[in-house]
Amino acid sequence: MSVKSAVIDEIRRLAAENRTPTPDLTDDLVLLDSGLDSLAIAILVVRLEEAFGLDPFAEPTDLAYPVTLGDFIRFYEHAAERRIVDTTHAG
Amino acid sequence: MNTLPNAASSIRRTLADARPGHDQWLHGAARSVRLDDVLRGTCLGGRINELAGRSVVIDTRDQFAAALALIELDGTARRLIVCPPDLAAEHRRAVVDKAGVDAVVSDRPDSDDEWQLPRLVVCNSSVTPSSATPAERCQTEWVLLTSGTTGAPKLVGHTFDTLTAPMRNGPEPQHSVVWGTFYDIRRYGGLQILLRAVLRHASFVVSGVHESTAGYLVRLGRQLATHISGTPSHWRRALMSVEARAIAPRYVRLSGEIADQGILNALRACYPDARVGHAFASTEAGLGFEVDDGLEGFPAAFVGNTGDVQIGVEGGSLRIRSARTAVRLVGDAPSCLADEGGFVDTGDVVELRGDRYYFLGRRSGIINVGGLKVYPEEVESAINRHPAVRMSMVRPARSSMVGSLVAADVVLDQTPDVSADAAAFKREILQICIDTLAPHKVPATIRFVPTLEFAAAGKLARHA
Repeated sequence: MSVKSAVIDEIRRLAAENRTPTPDLTDDLVLLDSGLDSLAIAILVVRLEEAFGLDPFAEPTDLAYPVTLGDFIRFYEHAAERRIVDTTHAG
Repeated sequence: MNTLPNAASSIRRTLADARPGHDQWLHGAARSVRLDDVLRGTCLGGRINELAGRSVVIDTRDQFAAALALIELDGTARRLIVCPPDLAAEHRRAVVDKAGVDAVVSDRPDSDDEWQLPRLVVCNSSVTPSSATPAERCQTEWVLLTSGTTGAPKLVGHTFDTLTAPMRNGPEPQHSVVWGTFYDIRRYGGLQILLRAVLRHASFVVSGVHESTAGYLVRLGRQLATHISGTPSHWRRALMSVEARAIAPRYVRLSGEIADQGILNALRACYPDARVGHAFASTEAGLGFEVDDGLEGFPAAFVGNTGDVQIGVEGGSLRIRSARTAVRLVGDAPSCLADEGGFVDTGDVVELRGDRYYFLGRRSGIINVGGLKVYPEEVESAINRHPAVRMSMVRPARSSMVGSLVAADVVLDQTPDVSADAAAFKREILQICIDTLAPHKVPATIRFVPTLEFAAAGKLARHA
């Protein structure tokens, strides 16, 4: 599963659990305006860590904090790529 | 270096003693007032002398009104009980009894009925000139509320001196300072910053009722806030806002939760000109120490130091002794706050790695979700209502966003035959929690495990 589809699936699941309407999940959607509050975003991050084994917010990074959904997905993609690079170097 | 106010002082005396030329403001969402005018006027309709010598609870909708009332009443009321915005109605009686409350100050005209108190003085978010001279000066006892083990609040007694001791040294800043905080000023973290601003001749930007993070950031930017404080969760939320760049602080301060390296780095990247520091403080222990080297945890050299504040680690838990610790628990046995040596056990577990200590979590198992406490037992009891659950253990899961989240390990009566059953059980358990618990108490993750680990004394082993 791609990072993008995993993020979007998890947001839909959270919105269903919280009984909030699923927002229109476009790249330029501002996360804090998406109907997900900071608690829901924190849960999203923990569940994505379970799925991917990575939490880019816990790692020191050069990237700015994500503001939009597109930023958020890139934040994860970047961390996933970096992990692959690290693993390659280690091997 | 300038002389700061002496012991047994009050906010009013501090303001009155301020050198002329200090243009200090309190900026609210709707209006700004000059602190000089607060000193000469009243937000209580000139009724301050009705409250002289009384034990007064301040219960307002708007923190701006609370700030004005606190400034006006400090030194006149015998005791000021600062009511946080989320005090549950059923705890009011206990607060009144424990603190001997005999008057309420509120911006809501029906507060006397809510508190069942005979005396209500209405306070406003505006200051009018007053000829009433506040009566006898006394050393007011400040009482802050913090949630206790049963959910009922603990009343933590401070004085102006214990609250302001951390700010009484160091040079005065060379440039004008404008403070802001994402904390509510009716909690220790926010009140500290308000008093710090008053004492150090700075202005202060108060957040408004239901003001969004974005709205507050814009206002902080407009007032040219230079020093801004909040929890790591507050700051993460700020950094995820489009308006994060509306502010250009010189000092970014974190407290109230564990500040990890991720948030420290993210703040330094976003505000390269700011000093980023984190502080350890609690309502009971007061401000313990500040860490300014940009790294998480704190240097091991802090422990055993013999300065104003002494820090100890005993049995893995962080202990603090200083003039800043609260004086007592109001209405409870006097022995529960500090031990015989004067140390307050913070209940925070730390671990030494190399030459630094790192925070691991709370000894009691209390989970701190973005500043809100969760008692694992309450969540376990909700989960255990599901007929297929044999037992459960709720523990903190480290969250890079809000410090900790609730995680549940669940033992089922029988191992589900197929994964579809497991998924259905998970959904049903989650639904029970959503229906019966506050949102921050609902488990973020549920894991089925074959058995649970028990520690000594038969308690569940709750690890972070």
